[in-house]
Amino acid sequence: MFSFIAKRIVATIPVMGVVALFVFLMLRLSPGDPASVIAGDYATAADIERIREQLGLSDPIVVQFGNWIWQLMRADLGISIFSNLPVTTLIAQRLEPTLMLSLTTLTFSVLVAVPLGALAAWKAGTWIDRAVMIFAVAGFSLPVFVLGYALIYEFSLALQWLPVQGYKSPFDGLLPFLRHIILPTVTLSVIFIALFARITRASVLEVLEEDYIRTARAKGQTERKVLLGHALRNAAVPIVTVIGLGIALLIGGVVVTESVYNIPGLGRLVVDAILKRDYPIIQGLILMFSFVYILVNLMIDIVYTLIDPRIRY
Amino acid sequence: MFRSTRRALLFAAALAVPAMVLAGPQPAAAEKVLRVIPHADLKNIDPIWTTAYITRNHGYMVYDTLFAMDANLKPQPQMVDTWSVSDDQLTWTFKLRDGLKWHDGAPVTAADCVASLNRWGKRDGMGQALMNVMDSLSAADDKTIVMKLKQPYGLVLESIGKISSNVPFMMPKRFAETDPFEQVTDMIGSGPFKFSKDEWVPGSKVVYLKNEDYVPRSEPPSYAAGGKVVKVDRVEWVYFPDQTTAMNALINNEVDYFEQPANDLAPILANSPGIVVEVNDPVGNMGFARFNHLLPPFDNVKVRRAAMAAMKQEDYLLAAVGLPEYFSTCYSVFPCGTPLESTAGSEIVKSAGVEEGKKLLAESGYDGTPVVIMQPTDIPVLSAFSLVTAEKLRKIGMKVDMQAMDWSTLTSRRAKRDPVKDGGWNIFHTWWIGADVLNPMAIAYSGDPAKGWFGWPSDADLERARTAFPLAKNVAEQKVLATKVQDRLYAIGSHGNLGAFFTPVAYRDNVKGLIKSPVQFFWNISVE
Repeated sequence: MFSFIAKRIVATIPVMGVVALFVFLMLRLSPGDPASVIAGDYATAADIERIREQLGLSDPIVVQFGNWIWQLMRADLGISIFSNLPVTTLIAQRLEPTLMLSLTTLTFSVLVAVPLGALAAWKAGTWIDRAVMIFAVAGFSLPVFVLGYALIYEFSLALQWLPVQGYKSPFDGLLPFLRHIILPTVTLSVIFIALFARITRASVLEVLEEDYIRTARAKGQTERKVLLGHALRNAAVPIVTVIGLGIALLIGGVVVTESVYNIPGLGRLVVDAILKRDYPIIQGLILMFSFVYILVNLMIDIVYTLIDPRIRY
Repeated sequence: MFRSTRRALLFAAALAVPAMVLAGPQPAAAEKVLRVIPHADLKNIDPIWTTAYITRNHGYMVYDTLFAMDANLKPQPQMVDTWSVSDDQLTWTFKLRDGLKWHDGAPVTAADCVASLNRWGKRDGMGQALMNVMDSLSAADDKTIVMKLKQPYGLVLESIGKISSNVPFMMPKRFAETDPFEQVTDMIGSGPFKFSKDEWVPGSKVVYLKNEDYVPRSEPPSYAAGGKVVKVDRVEWVYFPDQTTAMNALINNEVDYFEQPANDLAPILANSPGIVVEVNDPVGNMGFARFNHLLPPFDNVKVRRAAMAAMKQEDYLLAAVGLPEYFSTCYSVFPCGTPLESTAGSEIVKSAGVEEGKKLLAESGYDGTPVVIMQPTDIPVLSAFSLVTAEKLRKIGMKVDMQAMDWSTLTSRRAKRDPVKDGGWNIFHTWWIGADVLNPMAIAYSGDPAKGWFGWPSDADLERARTAFPLAKNVAEQKVLATKVQDRLYAIGSHGNLGAFFTPVAYRDNVKGLIKSPVQFFWNISVE
């Protein structure tokens, strides 16, 4: 197992290298450049050129890439072109809100979706099953921002129970944190609940047809034990896979929710950086997201061995 | 009794700890906070390095200026106490006010101001023009700045008291000596607020604290001039990328002031209890359709004027702004209601219409070359302007190639002088805040293709009038030259004038003391 983990970690290096090259080239070959944004409306072409030189954007692409890789090798993601702050500082400022939102969303989604999906499979073909599936289809179809605005209208503006926007750290008080995180969590969870519930239903449904389930029932196991002890555990591999993918999606994909609830997270940071062509931030964040994807996949592989003893590396 | 009291205390303490954890830290009871939604996020903090308006507004919080423009568009002393000019108009002497201090406690000196003016003069257009006629700039003593000119120059005070980007903000010499193409590394100013750098989250939040050492002037505030009396302890700028969320936060009393709500949200806000919506900028913004004078078909003045003649302002303003209370037609290139407003040459814009455009295009010899319009889809006003122009040009018989892109791509591409096949362009749209185009010195009105603005018009008469403007001996002479500039701009079809529009502000009705101005200031405002 340890050699497997070690091999996987070593394998991340070439993957990250390819990602770094791809991101770098994609940015440099796409139109627009930060110098013209910085120079603003009053600038002449000469001003823009001077700024490009100052930022090192006039150097040959190979030189620019070499400089960046040299920085990365020293664990330095560079300095934001606009704010003049280290990219690591900017990421650190935004990491907590995104991680907290991801954590609450994932917890809430799993707690709701897995029982819901298992229930739907257990009661397959009944009104319960249909109700869960209708919810799942609706969850997939409802745009996040529509749900977000609807929840804000009802719970913030009409009932005045919760704030419209913002983020409070749990380290500054649990109650303000919960008040601010509830609506974004519910908004973001709906699609994940739909996804996880469907996968759980399909997996459990498949497992419930297996011979060992029939054997368990024939031996007199209660339905509860059959479902929880035999069916759900054996159906867990695809569920865990999808939950793992959900984690990766959450880290980089919460931008709409962050915008609707004005949460200063990583999703907004990357979108703002793209709009301004702040290359060091974009490059740093995409590398980080790639690393998270790789890490999550590794974790999923490890979790497989815990839930299915047949899987060994 | 003792035992029960001790138990009660222990019980109370046991309850209090989780309650504190749950509730979080409480703000200081007496602290007055103004919570603002600014028009953009503050990404960089050096107002000389960038011309971004949000950084200019930040500059006004942290820094102070030698002179400042008042509501009559006249420069008034701000950091300067007394000033004089020699009879030959060549030597200007400025004496600083008493009690000026940097935020680190050091006194403001004339040497700091000299270094600041030098840095500004390398980046700003009006600054560069002033530096071109400057013989020397020096500190005679700690409080006296002496400026010697090579020739009389009529815009000395207007330049060092200009209200918009780049504003000649004063900073300590050690920062002012930074290369103007590099950002300063710290925010030490002498302005009415201190920048709380530790609380700055770029793209999200900026915090300013009242500068207790600031000594405001005694005059009432008027635009950037007059006394900068701070009436809150703390100003928080919280940037909202989503306009609807910003509106909801204002309605829910989570913020106090919304600097630039979208025009279509203004009626909703105006109908919400406890919220005031009004236009705070009396000068407004000027819509601008820029032709590329270097490339066909707009290298032909007749084609440019045909396009101009089709650009009926009302159509643009209705499409982009919508509500009539937030726009007005203005056929002067200098903002209407300001001293240099003129009607010279404006007949072509005033009587604009498709038929007039068709007629002029027929006379122009237009050969069917497609017109590339760069449409920035991420800026609704400019996107709408682009759509209207496309429709107008098609109607008068031109071929149009509309190319959608984001603003960053546009700003990069507009600097290209190459042919269209190599990434060139024919038209883009923008707007200027009125305060930036008050006189012919605005780079938007340049007629010099080598040093001028994107689009690169070339007209010697225009350039002669522009360069003569700051040398004019009096206001009457300035007006004559400004009129000449406007006449030439319309004659050569420099750009399409799309009219004036105004962006409202919205705030809770307990916010008092807003200063009406083209720039948003946060002194004199109280939260009651």
